Amino acid sequence: MRHLLSAGDLDRDEATLVLDTAAELARVGDRSVKKLPTLRGRTVVNLFYEDSTRTRTSFEVAAKRLSADVVNFSAKGSSVSKGESLKDTALTLQAMGADGVVIRHGASGAPHRLAEWVDGAVLNAGDGTHEHPTQALLDAYTMRERRGRVEGLRVAVVGDVLHSRVARSNVLLLHTLGAETTLVAPPTLMPQSVHTWPCAVSYDLDEVLPKTDVVMMLRVQAERMHAAFFPTAREYSRRYGLDRERLARLPDDAIVMHPGPMVRGMEISADVADSPRSTITEQVTNGVSVRMAVLYLLLGGSAPAIGS
Amino acid sequence: MCARKRAEGETADGAPQRAETAPRAVLDGPEINRALTRIAHEVLERTKGGHDVTLLGIPTRGVPLARRLADRIERVEDRSVPWGSLDITMYRDDLRLAPARALGRTDIPPEGIDGRTVVLVDDVLYSGRSVRAALDALNDLGRPRAVQLAVLVDRGHRRLPIRADYVGKNLPTSLRENVAVLLDELDGRDAVLIGPAKPRPGQEDDA
Repeated sequence: MRHLLSAGDLDRDEATLVLDTAAELARVGDRSVKKLPTLRGRTVVNLFYEDSTRTRTSFEVAAKRLSADVVNFSAKGSSVSKGESLKDTALTLQAMGADGVVIRHGASGAPHRLAEWVDGAVLNAGDGTHEHPTQALLDAYTMRERRGRVEGLRVAVVGDVLHSRVARSNVLLLHTLGAETTLVAPPTLMPQSVHTWPCAVSYDLDEVLPKTDVVMMLRVQAERMHAAFFPTAREYSRRYGLDRERLARLPDDAIVMHPGPMVRGMEISADVADSPRSTITEQVTNGVSVRMAVLYLLLGGSAPAIGS
Repeated sequence: MCARKRAEGETADGAPQRAETAPRAVLDGPEINRALTRIAHEVLERTKGGHDVTLLGIPTRGVPLARRLADRIERVEDRSVPWGSLDITMYRDDLRLAPARALGRTDIPPEGIDGRTVVLVDDVLYSGRSVRAALDALNDLGRPRAVQLAVLVDRGHRRLPIRADYVGKNLPTSLRENVAVLLDELDGRDAVLIGPAKPRPGQEDDA
């Protein structure tokens, strides 16, 4: 059985197949009967060890639109709080016949371990500071919708790269799809291994903005910060926050993205978040279509059409 | 959908031996044209002028056929007929027998299908399973007043209680044969070819 663990698992054809499939499935959302019978009789387990609103509901809606049975499992209120290990939880789910497991976990690599223990397809819905492949896919989908293409786009990913699984998945997928990515962050929030990533690096947002087609703001992940990475929130915001003045430095057709949840006034100002150039709510809508596509391609046939 | 791109080498001698030879043409371009023109007239007759007709082609090759029928009806009646495409991939009963397939396009004309006479258009009618899937797909999109079926070729071997209302050509075939429809829009020329079936795992019930 194949899985979707990393955005880097997808080659260009597979990634394009996901985006094309999502484009067709997006139209299901406009119909009166927003349901397809494709995954009837299949069970998808949402295994969430970390809090999430957007991703969990998005996967749930996606699976239900494909007529799969959805079981939601969150660490709170489960046997995990009684000390059950990930492996035992996985084997329990396995025994109940899960065809697909969507996992979010605080530990980087947890989905890879899970994939060794269960027969069903494992979909990584965010593991620690490692990867979040469906987010990267929905971001690429949104870029393609707004800009007509992904290849050749200049994308700036700005903010807390160090703690961001979105940044890594985006860099890998955008590289596969032929876009040029520049990571922008204070040196303290840049991963040490960043020179091995297929992207450029900058510490100066104002210098990058005029040469950018897509600017993707990342949330400062205070809950993962156990040290002082920048002096004050205000200083961070002044140097790396996207406000109206910085928005004006972007080319006229550039778009502003944010994976959510956003902290208004920190990495993005309220008027920028609500501007017509922001795609933040579109990203949420597109997330459902992209996750439907991934679920269909992994679970719909006799063998998955994508993934590792 | 039965149509598959075939090798160009077909025997022109029209010899009756079918098995294990290169595909041979049973309909050429002008014959396909005449069949479509006749079907267009039959649709108009049967639907009393076709005022509430919507043509929906089943991808891949049903779609250009639906467009050609719409063109012909427009030429005869001087009135445009809504046409679109209806992808059935997600409704197929053999999805689990092969790796997940790429989806085709579903384009319903702005008039919708509620209360209209929907004519489904496909290239080859075989087992009837595609048509069953199309009926399910339609059911999720609205409630047509009636649904009819137009096919370019009926090759027999039905597995479901389904029949076509309009048939371009009835083509008696053996189960060991494959019928391929080539259309100018997709394949560069119009032809219906018959040749030995290629083994396709899990798909002996296609179309």
